[in-house]
Amino acid sequence: MEALTEFIPYILQNLINALQRGSFYAVISIGYSMVYGVLMLFNFAHGDIFMLGTYIGFGIATLFLTLFAGFLPGPVIFIATVVITMFLASWIGVFVEVAGYRPLRSAPRASAAITGLMIGIIFETGILILLGAKRLSFPPLMESIAYNIGGVYFTNVKVLIIILSLFLMLALHTFIQRTKWGMAMRAMSYDFLAVPLMGVSINVMAPLTFAIGAGLAAVAGILYGQAYPILDPYMGVLIGWKAFVAAILGGRGSIKGAALAGYLLGFIEIFVATIFPSTLRDLIAYSIILLILTYRPRGFFGMEHSTKLRL
Amino acid sequence: MQLTVKNLKVSYGNIKALHGIDFSIEAGEILTIIGANGAGKSTTLRAISRMVPAKPGSVLEFEGEDILKYNTDKVVSKLGISHVPEGRRIFGNLTVTENLILACFARKDADQIVKDRKWVFDLFPRLEERKDQLAGTLSGGEQQMLAVGRGYMSARKMMLLDEPSMGLAPLLMLEMFDALKEINKLGTTILLVEQNARLALKFAQRGYVIENGFLVLEGPSNELLNNPDVKKAYLGA
Ligand SMILES: Nc1ncnc2c1ncn2[C@@H]1O[C@H](COP(=O)(O)OP(=O)(O)O)[C@@H](O)[C@H]1O
Ligand SMILES: [Mg+2]
Repeated sequence: MEALTEFIPYILQNLINALQRGSFYAVISIGYSMVYGVLMLFNFAHGDIFMLGTYIGFGIATLFLTLFAGFLPGPVIFIATVVITMFLASWIGVFVEVAGYRPLRSAPRASAAITGLMIGIIFETGILILLGAKRLSFPPLMESIAYNIGGVYFTNVKVLIIILSLFLMLALHTFIQRTKWGMAMRAMSYDFLAVPLMGVSINVMAPLTFAIGAGLAAVAGILYGQAYPILDPYMGVLIGWKAFVAAILGGRGSIKGAALAGYLLGFIEIFVATIFPSTLRDLIAYSIILLILTYRPRGFFGMEHSTKLRL
Repeated sequence: MQLTVKNLKVSYGNIKALHGIDFSIEAGEILTIIGANGAGKSTTLRAISRMVPAKPGSVLEFEGEDILKYNTDKVVSKLGISHVPEGRRIFGNLTVTENLILACFARKDADQIVKDRKWVFDLFPRLEERKDQLAGTLSGGEQQMLAVGRGYMSARKMMLLDEPSMGLAPLLMLEMFDALKEINKLGTTILLVEQNARLALKFAQRGYVIENGFLVLEGPSNELLNNPDVKKAYLGA
């Protein structure tokens, strides 16, 4: 009995931590998955787009906090930071598509993959040159209030991270199900070549898809900055690869799958760390994922796909 | 002439698919290009809708405009040419209604879109019965109806049809060509390419025969139907 009353809060505690971590992976991996679903392309610059988005969020947050901290309520500053960062970061997505991938649309896929990696390195080095190697610290956008309910400890920031991530994913889901752009994206994931015959411009849809992925990654960056307030130019590398793993695990092109796999990744990482030494965390967590993929090589939701990739 | 094609050349890598073909269509006409498998019928339509690039020197003009200036989506939305591709290419993960809505992506005349959809559903009542079904669950014939309906919604000055009879039962085939006649009656020019030469020539007013990327014969449909070479090669007589 004694053991149980301690065990349950312990589990709940880790569940909340896992949800928070899973939120980052889910929101970022959606960007990977969407671009793949719509354009059949893994955007390996996505992790670094996340990094740039975080820096933009950092800049906007710092600016707003210095200008308005006295007179505007915290939530207003927070929302303004999120919205404006999302808008600015989406242009990075547009830029990456137009300058990086568009010229390669009919080139072999490997060229696009290499280009993605190169764009990532350019972004990393760019930040390094611009801001130096010193680590920056993301300012808290709200006062952190801690709660303790029945031995489960959490903060308002954690709750906000979890809820805002869910909200973003729901908003995206609605966009994809209800709007004509969402419809066009779904159609592209089924039969890319037939979509222009509907009067849909690929030169509109491709940057739009990148913009959404980048905007989401940037919000994830702001939230990440609230949880782990340290910025450095390479912060996107590992998390980018993990989001890529989540996108694969979810089933290529499936947004639902990517979100689900993102959360699963968060859960596995957190719970593995509660049992094993933290130095072994990634080794064991990703061995588990490798095992899952061995049995489900197409991930959770292997996409419905037209086989007609030719004209 | 509504559409003028001169010296149209297309290659896929090293494979020359069209060796410089010439033809033209008048507004409101029904024209067919018949030919065997691999002769270059689909390639001709793809070149018009800019799905494959035409070689330099090719001339493609629609109502006095240079088609080669436009991308596929603009050929549809700006010039008003719809293309019902080979193999239907409907979006199986979208519902029937969504397929029809998507076809109006670039259109801004909301009222007319509603009327057009009603018209398509009147033309193919079976589509209306299945309007909320995923298009991938339709039978082959129904998918072909959806592909034609979708084409009509996307643009209607001219319609390019790539073997709409393929895979249809004989009765359904006749139904399909009746529907195409209806579409033509409302003023849509029709360019039909077919392997089923007899059906196509009975439907069209004028025809061309394509062989290995060359147009080899041209004439009114009834002349072609009675041409001994055509009879021997394409009508199985
Ligand atoms: N996507 C493609 N890639 C390479 N060759 C192709 C492609 N499509 C067609 N071809 C070739 O071009 C020629 C004409 O093909 P097509 O226009 O499809 O003929 P049809 O529609 O009359 O059957 C054929 O030799 C065919 O093999
Ligand atoms: Mg063909």
